[in-house]
Amino acid sequence: MPRNPLAVLPRRGLMLLAILLAVLCALPWLAGDYVLTVLITILYFAFVGQAWNIMMGFAGQLSLGHAIYVGLGAYTAALLYVHFGIGPWIGMLAAIAIAAACGAAIGFLAFRFGVAGVYFAILTIAFAEFARIGFDHLGFLGGSGGLFLPVANYARNDIWNLRGSPMMFYYVMLVLTAAALVLCHLLLESRTGYYWRAIREDEEAARSLGIDTFRYKMLAVVISAGMTAIAGMFFAFYYNNLFPEQVFHVSRSIELILGPIIGGIGTLFGPIIGAFLMTGLSELMQNLLASFGLDVPGARQVFYGACLLGVVLLLPDGVWPWMAARLGLSRPRA
Amino acid sequence: MSALLEVQRVSKRFRGLLALDNISFRIEPGSIFAVIGPNGAGKTTLFNMIAGVLVPDGGAIVLQGQHIEGLRPDEICRRGVARTFQLVRPFPALSVEDNVLIGAMLQLPDVRAARMRAQDVLRQLDLFDKRARIAAELTLPDRKRLEVARALATGPRLLLLDEVMAGLRPAETDRMVSILRDLNRESGLTILLIEHVMRAVMTLAAHVLVLHHGALIAQGSPAAVVREPTVVHSYLGAEAVE
Amino acid sequence: MAAIYVNVAVSGLLTGLVYGLMALGLSVIFGVVRVVNFAHGEMMTIAMYVAIVAFNTLGLDPLVMAVPLAAVLFALGYALQAGLINPFINRPEHSQFILLVALALIIVNVLLIVFGPDARNVQTSYAFDSFALGSLIVDATKLYAAALSLVIAALLFAFFRFAPLGKAIRACADNYTGALVVGLDVKRLYALTFGLGAACVGAAGAVLVLLIDVTPALGPAYTLLAFIIVITGGLGSMPGALLGGVLIGLTEALAGLLFTPSAKSMFSFGLLVLVLLFRPQGLLGKRA
Repeated sequence: MPRNPLAVLPRRGLMLLAILLAVLCALPWLAGDYVLTVLITILYFAFVGQAWNIMMGFAGQLSLGHAIYVGLGAYTAALLYVHFGIGPWIGMLAAIAIAAACGAAIGFLAFRFGVAGVYFAILTIAFAEFARIGFDHLGFLGGSGGLFLPVANYARNDIWNLRGSPMMFYYVMLVLTAAALVLCHLLLESRTGYYWRAIREDEEAARSLGIDTFRYKMLAVVISAGMTAIAGMFFAFYYNNLFPEQVFHVSRSIELILGPIIGGIGTLFGPIIGAFLMTGLSELMQNLLASFGLDVPGARQVFYGACLLGVVLLLPDGVWPWMAARLGLSRPRA
Repeated sequence: MSALLEVQRVSKRFRGLLALDNISFRIEPGSIFAVIGPNGAGKTTLFNMIAGVLVPDGGAIVLQGQHIEGLRPDEICRRGVARTFQLVRPFPALSVEDNVLIGAMLQLPDVRAARMRAQDVLRQLDLFDKRARIAAELTLPDRKRLEVARALATGPRLLLLDEVMAGLRPAETDRMVSILRDLNRESGLTILLIEHVMRAVMTLAAHVLVLHHGALIAQGSPAAVVREPTVVHSYLGAEAVE
Repeated sequence: MAAIYVNVAVSGLLTGLVYGLMALGLSVIFGVVRVVNFAHGEMMTIAMYVAIVAFNTLGLDPLVMAVPLAAVLFALGYALQAGLINPFINRPEHSQFILLVALALIIVNVLLIVFGPDARNVQTSYAFDSFALGSLIVDATKLYAAALSLVIAALLFAFFRFAPLGKAIRACADNYTGALVVGLDVKRLYALTFGLGAACVGAAGAVLVLLIDVTPALGPAYTLLAFIIVITGGLGSMPGALLGGVLIGLTEALAGLLFTPSAKSMFSFGLLVLVLLFRPQGLLGKRA
């Protein structure tokens, strides 16, 4: 009899999750376009944070250049669509393949040659920068002038080509995020998940228990990269334009790690809670400033920095573990 | 009866220092074998070479007919050799049960089956009641037993223990000794220990090897080895031999 | 024809010495305190903006500002280490990274809010002067900048070599517990060291405004550059930082000449990857 993976979550937690899901499903009928776009952003960061969390939270490898996978995914899917008319869901497969290959390359270089810790982080930054500058110079990919997707009218929802209204994008992102959650849960509860945690805790001890740490670290990197590429595909088709300077920039990389760090590295719900908090609060702040007639570019980033600082100093394990304890949902396992 | 582990003319040099010089011995299956000697004798080097952390410069290490010298630590574990660390390294943020679970998963990929085996092992090591505790919170003796439990869960043919008695009080040492003796008696588990605590060596080991400055200076039953003049002179001191 | 290459190479070398001073700060900080200062370039950007403001409002030459800026950044660095980072010594590595990444993020964007995104620079009276040695033409600003960087670096070397405090700091780096045991106030020494590293960055920043235009976005770019230099030269090696700086300065200058200028940093990245793979301790590093 296969074990029911849901049995692991406490009953109260499952109920809360179900309620949250119901609310999120009903939201487009209750809220306006503005709220919808904010939520799309939240779900996007929840998804991409979840993907990053696999590499860092589960396998302990700090990637500060994760934007490279978003960019590779975005450009791959966009190019296939613009030049060959290939729909995003097929293009996504190519995007995943390319990003996974890039991740495998970075992982291979890093793990075979013992590049770890800060060196690994610097390596990831350098690769992302390399991609940024490289794509800037590649004219056939749009270059610094940008790659544009043909924008269709928003009245018709074309899921196959991802052309349509914010509501369509919302549901697509919701499904993707929910799927990511389920995937991460299944991974965490599998042998792979446990092995990742062992490697994160103490790699040498893990090896002494027969764990091929190279293989499992590579797996984490490849899965993380591939998943991030899906977000890249969404990014391309939602925003309809790609500039290397934007897509690969280090601030994108920093942005996408805010959610999981603030929410809680290595936890299942951390990235989601983090994304809600970060994007939600920063939107509120922007609106507050706007109501005073202030438009301060950079204020949002200062806010992010301050939140990161606050979390690192006061709640180092993230907001979610603290919240879960308060809600009576915590389990002893990390 | 063929040996479980054969160390054949193994040597190791660290730049100018010859840490181990042409060491050879055999470990029979089902026996408890101890390696003793003063600090710097090369015990840890020998241990690390069997465990796959170091590669010998010369010689071979053969596990039931298969060469294992130069293999990675995880490959060696998969061949049936488990080890503990001198400075214990449990997975600090994980529970006692999860620590052992990860060990059990080597042979049991299914999480549920592995968890059941982990619980069995915890019972053997007298840690079942503490299975939900976080490893970092345990006392040293408990952590040492956890380390042994975790290694044991991988289902090894040969268990390597690196100074597992260090830091334990006499009562705790006796407890660990009786656990190891039971394991050996009930399941025929072969054990190789590096030890300084003579109390444990005398009661546990059937066979003792003495190293000094990288050379093998004595080999035999504990009673015999302990009386050899070279051993007394270099390591034990006359007072230790009552 | 060769003259162009020589000129560019010399120019790169001189700029590289300034980079070296900046990276020296990072090397000192990481070598002793083991803190990975992800806010390194951002700290330098603060110094650069202060230098610009000082020049524009008080007419103070950046070369003159190097010393007071070094002092200001010293204080900043000391406070940072003592107040914020010291408690993090025993925390997991990634916590420390995130702390500094957060600071970097805040610094860059506060500068953006205060000064705006447009590039700023200083125009000294000698900005267009140059010295001629045969076919070699050297910018006066670059020469002064490099010379000052060398002087400051030499002072730092001397401090660590001969001053009792400097030796105490080296003791901490070599053996943390040993230093504690002999009664050194390690936390205070760490703060001092971070201050010194920050002072290097302050001086380097003051001097660098003579050579480049300043925008807030320079922060992250120079942090990455500092790391590339230090890893290439050897983490924890002070001469290595200078050597790495010169090497990177040369590479960038020549790459800018041979290929497009905007692609020059790609070569630095290439160098970084090669070093990380094949000689991770860097050219002059000691730790394997």
